[in-house]
Amino acid sequence: MAEVIIFGLMALPALAGGVTVVLARNPVYGAMGLLGSMLALGVLYVAQLAHFIAAIHVVVYAGAVMTLFLFVIMLIGVDRADDQNERLPRQRQLVILGVLGIVATAFAVAFSGRFSWVIAATGERIPQATNGTTVALARVLFSDWVLAFEATALLLTIGSAGAIALASRRGKPVDLPIDPEVTS
Amino acid sequence: MDWIDFLIVVLRVVVVFALLLLVTIINVWAERKVVADFQNRIGPERAGPFGMLQTVADGLKLFFKESIIPARSEVGMFLLAPFLAVIPAFLIFLNIPFGRPITIGDRVIPLQGMDVDVGLLIVLAMSSMAVYAVVIAGWSSGSKYPLLGGVRATAQAISYEAAMGLAMVAVVLFSATQAADAPGGTLSLAELVERQSGTWAGIIPRWNLIPQIVAFVIFFIAAIAETNRAPFDLVEAEQELVGGYFTEYSGMRFAMFFLAEYINIFSMSALTATLFLGGWNGPTWDGVLPVWLSALLPFVWFMIKTYVLVFIFFWIRATLPRLRYDQLMALGWKRLIPGALGWLMLTAVVLGYRRFGLPWS
Repeated sequence: MAEVIIFGLMALPALAGGVTVVLARNPVYGAMGLLGSMLALGVLYVAQLAHFIAAIHVVVYAGAVMTLFLFVIMLIGVDRADDQNERLPRQRQLVILGVLGIVATAFAVAFSGRFSWVIAATGERIPQATNGTTVALARVLFSDWVLAFEATALLLTIGSAGAIALASRRGKPVDLPIDPEVTS
Repeated sequence: MDWIDFLIVVLRVVVVFALLLLVTIINVWAERKVVADFQNRIGPERAGPFGMLQTVADGLKLFFKESIIPARSEVGMFLLAPFLAVIPAFLIFLNIPFGRPITIGDRVIPLQGMDVDVGLLIVLAMSSMAVYAVVIAGWSSGSKYPLLGGVRATAQAISYEAAMGLAMVAVVLFSATQAADAPGGTLSLAELVERQSGTWAGIIPRWNLIPQIVAFVIFFIAAIAETNRAPFDLVEAEQELVGGYFTEYSGMRFAMFFLAEYINIFSMSALTATLFLGGWNGPTWDGVLPVWLSALLPFVWFMIKTYVLVFIFFWIRATLPRLRYDQLMALGWKRLIPGALGWLMLTAVVLGYRRFGLPWS
């Protein structure tokens, strides 16, 4: 029961945050909406007894990634109006078609009978309360999935090294127009 | 979980809340006195004995001041920012154990706001949330100095959080080998404190400070940077940015930023004491002293250790000049992060050698 209440209390801000991201004219409000949505999701993870995932979710996404987003938004300048031009041909029709497709798929799955609405983390579904704790997660991560874990770490290292290599490649020096006020 | 348990949880949270407010009143006064001593001044002395009520008077004054909302501000975010500053500040200290668990009847009451098995990660998450207050306050003020302060805060927080986290990892790794009965690491702050009890060779306390001295130095520097204190207070550099991110705030809204800053100083000192100085560990002379005194002593040890670190915060503020921006970035990225990484590798290799021996043997 408590889980349903928490879900109700947290699903609403999560959805509201998502809607804010889409609708907000000002990118900073959009970023804050995304932040609120992420925090609400973090609480939902706690309700599912996944404490470690919840904490990491907040540290990585809400803490680091969103801070970088805000940093970039502020450096670029928040007052600049978004261009409202729609680049793709027939953009609106395609979006409506896509949304209809998703809704149709959801209905198809819901009524196919292979899907149950409520998977409660109560009663016999959890063998022990250590499910999803740090210890349980670490045991799985470093025994059964150690190769996948190491491969992911290697992939991330390659990604960041590649980004640095691309960013630091020196091209021809660009002839910047000289500002007479600065040089004089 | 009957109603008494529920009441105990509520009581623990209220106690933490009251403790933080009380400690803030003392800390603001203590900083003014300590810095005044360093600068050969007298400091506040009129309100109450030794001027101790100065903070109360200042708080009352701020309470009655007008809260100005600038015309060009983004009102919603402008009003939200002070709350974003205060909430993470309280949530950080909620995780820190400030005394030995008390046994009353058959109930064991941990002296801690909440004991979760990922306590350390929650502290890290909340300290990374604190930067939003600065950024949002700086941006929503609609003025250039706060905006510059906000941008600086973002860059600084990202840089120093990494070093702080890496220093924490080394400590967690080390303490994984310190448990006698249950091998394996832990992220629970209560458990981390338990593992620092006892002594080496009879006299040296088993604090993480001694084997993890490098991690301690890196962690404490990063903690000062996280709380935006001197010499890392570029965010609110008076000479360049008027007041930094809170330039446009006044009255109670300013007071909330002020409160959050002092709570953060105390929380970071308490966290450092918990991770490196053994938390509430210390001699309690159980059986010799009366029971209530033995129960109180761990809290006293905890406060003494924390206040030594708080004093170092004030000391550094009174002694060191502010870093230049490029020096700040160089220290974070070129010294602290590689240093923390190197120390982490060294810790891992030494612990691995002690547990498994040489790889080829």
